[in-house]
Amino acid sequence: MGKTVVEKILARAAGKSTVSAGDVVEPAVDLAMSHENAALVMNQFHDIYKGTGLEPKLWAPSRIAIIFDHRVPAESPKTATNQKKVREFVGKHGIAKFHDIRGDLGGICHQILPENGYVRPGAVVLGTDSHTTSHGALGALAFGIGATEMASVWALGVALDVEVPATIKVVVNGTLPEMIGPKDIILHLVGLLTAEGANFQVLEFHGETIRTMSTSGRLVLCNMSVEAGATSGIVPADDETLRYLKEEAGVTDPVLPVLPDADATYVRTVEIDVSQLAPQIACPHTVDNVHPVGKVAGTKVHQIVIGSCTNGRFDDLEIAARILKGKKVAKDVRMLVFPASGRIYAQALLKGYVADFVQAGAVVMNPGCGPCLGVHEGALGDGETALSTTNRNFKGRMGNPTSDVYLCSPAVAAASALTGVITDPRGPAAGGAR
Amino acid sequence: MSTVVLTLGDDVSTDVIYPGRYMATVLPSETPQFAFADLTDFNAKLKAKQVPPGSVLVAGKNFGCGSSREQAVSTLKGHELVIVAKGFARIFTQNSVNLGLRLVEVPDLEAKDGDEIEIGATEVVNATTGMRFRIVPLPPARQALIDAGGLIAYTRKRLMETVKK
Repeated sequence: MGKTVVEKILARAAGKSTVSAGDVVEPAVDLAMSHENAALVMNQFHDIYKGTGLEPKLWAPSRIAIIFDHRVPAESPKTATNQKKVREFVGKHGIAKFHDIRGDLGGICHQILPENGYVRPGAVVLGTDSHTTSHGALGALAFGIGATEMASVWALGVALDVEVPATIKVVVNGTLPEMIGPKDIILHLVGLLTAEGANFQVLEFHGETIRTMSTSGRLVLCNMSVEAGATSGIVPADDETLRYLKEEAGVTDPVLPVLPDADATYVRTVEIDVSQLAPQIACPHTVDNVHPVGKVAGTKVHQIVIGSCTNGRFDDLEIAARILKGKKVAKDVRMLVFPASGRIYAQALLKGYVADFVQAGAVVMNPGCGPCLGVHEGALGDGETALSTTNRNFKGRMGNPTSDVYLCSPAVAAASALTGVITDPRGPAAGGAR
Repeated sequence: MSTVVLTLGDDVSTDVIYPGRYMATVLPSETPQFAFADLTDFNAKLKAKQVPPGSVLVAGKNFGCGSSREQAVSTLKGHELVIVAKGFARIFTQNSVNLGLRLVEVPDLEAKDGDEIEIGATEVVNATTGMRFRIVPLPPARQALIDAGGLIAYTRKRLMETVKK
């Protein structure tokens, strides 16, 4: 019987010749990532050792990554103090994969991990962040866990009690039309599957559209797989993965892709043809409330956000800058741009995109999660509406329970910034960018 | 017998259970004050200790979807609420097992605020309406973790076994 990618990865990591969906295994962890919530992980980690007479000891500091991104720079003394405690812990235990608040090396964890070559095909990557699913874009098994589970991983180096997930095969074919991109595909897919349609399952991506998609785009698909409830999204590693690792992530050692068998068992197959896909938008207050953008075109927006672990990468900034260049953001709209990492920020500077944004009236912020989770850098007023390239639109997500959040691609966000209302980027409002 | 103190719909996210703006508060001893912070009436009742431990919160499908924030579990555990829902999201389920928050999955559940319900081993009885509903049991591996007293105790035990070897 053939095996899926997740079955093969978990068999290898659990030291077994073969495992099947439904088996319970204890895989060895290749990379364990946390962000600011490392402060809680540390607390739970120390709790484990209470009464044991043992000195708290990380199983492998080289396999632990900590990236500050959720609240950077710190928005409160409480956060600043938590960050300070994490820095002290990092120093004491010798954690080298630590990315502090810095213009050159900092950024969002789900960009920092791939661009530094920390994630390899076939690896087991766990993170105390639900969007850890992103790293499946490199052919790894990557999923989110809670802080206490991470504390257990820090102590033991294995994930306890992992049920091997069943897999949904997602086949995407067709040439993407102008102004349509990976974000439109994943929004469309989440709408099809619903918010719980892939609960406890993996989405394994296949098809011609995926084969010709950049790693940057694949990260978008895997990032939002969790919005359909999926344990993870996985794109089996291919030539593009190897190219990305070598050219963009500086990986020089050999990389071994893990591929599914031709006769692997899937719970079902979902086929999508994107050749006629319209720009998609997720309306308040669930991510699966997805429609073609035309359905809500004309809706007034107060704040536009481009960025996040979903859409703050170079090609996202590029398409937005192309649409905005030489034009002006509508007078009554606040537009905020968050590059996903310092490296991307620098690339956008060199290409002149930052100047395009600033001259159009957008505010270019520091790399980080920004207002996505409703903490700082762009809270919404009562009754206001945001149009955002982020990944969640739950009630209160951007910090105000009376506000609305719509989710879209960078092209839709940029086109709408010019008009002040939700706008189809294929139309004349986008200045004929088509 | 327990009283249903709050009834919610499908897809209740961790942003509703524990809003992101309180995430700098991490310790399980401090998170209970922010449970359902934006449902101001219910939050006030919780803080005033007007909701007895063991009270039941009823919800639809996909309860706890969204963020992996463990505060969404420790905040409910702090009030010793029991969550009876048609379904739960994955990370929330695992976090609840790890911290000992009681989840009861009842796909056909019908209950409303004020109903008295009895949670048995295999079924939930709504004593107010007389209706009975089947419980979907947790996978055995998760049950073992609960029996060990949660993930911290279980990890401690495993650690000591490793050291002895």
